[in-house]
Amino acid sequence: MKDFATKAKGAAIDIKGVSKHYGRFKALDDVDLQIQPGEFMSFLGPSGSGKTTTLNLIAGFTDLTRGEIRLDERSIGNTPAHKRNIGVVFQHYALFPHMTVAKNVAYPLQQRRVPKPAREAAVRETLAKVQLQDFAHRYPSELSGGQQQRVALARAMVFDPSVLLMDEPLGALDKKLREFLQLEIKRIHRELGSTFVYVTHDQEEALVLSDRIAVFNKGKIEQVGTGMELYTKPRTLFVGQFIGESSVLRGAHVEDGGAAVFTINGTPVRAARPAAGEGAHVILLRPETVSVHGAASDAPEGANRLTGTVTEALYLGSGVKYEVTIPGGTVISARMANAERLLTIGEEATVAWQPQDSILLADDGSAAQM
Amino acid sequence: MSNSNTKPDGAARLGWAGVRRHPLLLVLPALVLLILIMAVPLITIIARSFIDPVPGLGNYSWFFSHKLNLIVLWRTFVISFWVTISCVLVAYPYAFAMSVAGPRLRLILVLCVLVPFWVSGVVRTLAWVIILQDTGVINQFVIWLGFDKLSLIRTQLGVTIGMTQVLLPFMVMPLFAVMRGIDLRLIEAAKSLGSHPVKAFFQVYLPLSLPGVFAGATIVFILALGFYITPLLLGGPSSTMLSTLVQQQVMSLLNWGRGGAMGVILLVATFGFLALASPFMRRKYDISGGSK
Repeated sequence: MKDFATKAKGAAIDIKGVSKHYGRFKALDDVDLQIQPGEFMSFLGPSGSGKTTTLNLIAGFTDLTRGEIRLDERSIGNTPAHKRNIGVVFQHYALFPHMTVAKNVAYPLQQRRVPKPAREAAVRETLAKVQLQDFAHRYPSELSGGQQQRVALARAMVFDPSVLLMDEPLGALDKKLREFLQLEIKRIHRELGSTFVYVTHDQEEALVLSDRIAVFNKGKIEQVGTGMELYTKPRTLFVGQFIGESSVLRGAHVEDGGAAVFTINGTPVRAARPAAGEGAHVILLRPETVSVHGAASDAPEGANRLTGTVTEALYLGSGVKYEVTIPGGTVISARMANAERLLTIGEEATVAWQPQDSILLADDGSAAQM
Repeated sequence: MSNSNTKPDGAARLGWAGVRRHPLLLVLPALVLLILIMAVPLITIIARSFIDPVPGLGNYSWFFSHKLNLIVLWRTFVISFWVTISCVLVAYPYAFAMSVAGPRLRLILVLCVLVPFWVSGVVRTLAWVIILQDTGVINQFVIWLGFDKLSLIRTQLGVTIGMTQVLLPFMVMPLFAVMRGIDLRLIEAAKSLGSHPVKAFFQVYLPLSLPGVFAGATIVFILALGFYITPLLLGGPSSTMLSTLVQQQVMSLLNWGRGGAMGVILLVATFGFLALASPFMRRKYDISGGSK
């Protein structure tokens, strides 16, 4: 019974050449990003990478230094925050401590002069959506962290905003509650149809929730894509390492007719894909593409092979996880579905992977800090 | 207590074991001191107001039958009220600036409040005499502008200005303490929910800061009721406050009973005021509630 507004439809967000400088510090440097209507977009990156700055710019809490942000083709650079009709869920919830849960959720409707009966109906309906209908008359301080978070969510969506921004909303909660609320947020996104922008530094959370992920690093967007694209086809070493587990191999390399050949510890290692970009390159390996064998003869045909010492061997039930250290100190992680026998730490072993699983990337030096 | 190890003799009860069992014993010395320096004089004042010079309610009937006394009592409350209001109006933006300022600016702002506070009240009041007098800085400026000179000294306005300045720290400090605990993201949250910044202030920030306002206002009001030096130096006959009357009765006329009665009346009136104010000071919520 929300007759005060038509059912929310997600708005498109168009970020064009946006910069935000604090003095000489470039918090955000010439960023472009198109977010589709109704999309769930995550901003992923380490702290200080510019993801929260971008969120604050969309919300209108800070002013642009340069560039333009459009909401459904309408430039919002000069629209004050309270007229943008964008819902925001804050990291520490920012619930009004002097108002009950019901009053907190009713607040945005009051600002829009929604008549009392419609307001109360909308508050009830929204609290039911986040399963807090029995807590309407409590004060925020009487609720647990997870409950406060759901009140913040209810408050941000009760006025059917076309865009919902969330700034690490689950950051302060424990893992189990976080996983439960991730599913809740995903369900609410499907029900509302609004555009969601979700800031997080947790790559797993971003993978679970998002249609697409924008990976931020040092005030720039490194890559935008679906979780699968970012995982299997990272464009930069930073993205490859930030999303999922990985091992990085460095070595002298030559081009050999559309393929790259590395020499690591005197052994040739091939990458099927041609090298992207200029300069030095590295090979990025995903652990599930790598197998570990006690005997070199067990490795599959045509695979790249390197020998080393097992430095970690974990039995996970569903599979095994190895870390093999090759001469020179590089550690290669491997995850295998099954093994006849668990190799022991200290054992000599051969790591093997197919050339097409070598992800070839320009060396941006980010491996050193990871 | 049925434990056989417990020694019921007095020595053990007052020893460390006794203190551990009754931790309130630790405040006993302070309590004795407080009774000696606070309760005994207070009881003496109350008692003498009823028995000096003769037993009975004579001192009180004298007070309430003389119109001047009632006018001064009323004026004491009116001046204290205006001092409290002016303190709130000056201290609120000041404390807000303190709560949002960076560490260096905050230190400067704190010092600006506290340094005058460390200077004797008499000295500060005398400074106000120089500023407010008919040939003082303000009047020189007003005359230079071409207006008639203002009557600032020996008026209620002058008393109010001087007392506001003297009492300001008592307003700024509790306000600052409360404001520092208010999460400014709440204002941004209110804006994102469609509230104009001015409305957001009145609906979110102001209610959260009210406990500080009430705490400061109560302290200022009660201190103002008993002010002596400032109204004496800055005021005239038309701005005498109750403490001046008490001084006259006790020091000039040696009428201890009447002075005591006036003290008791002021005390009772203060309690009455506190009783009126206390419902506003209670909070149903925890200020840090939504922003742990």
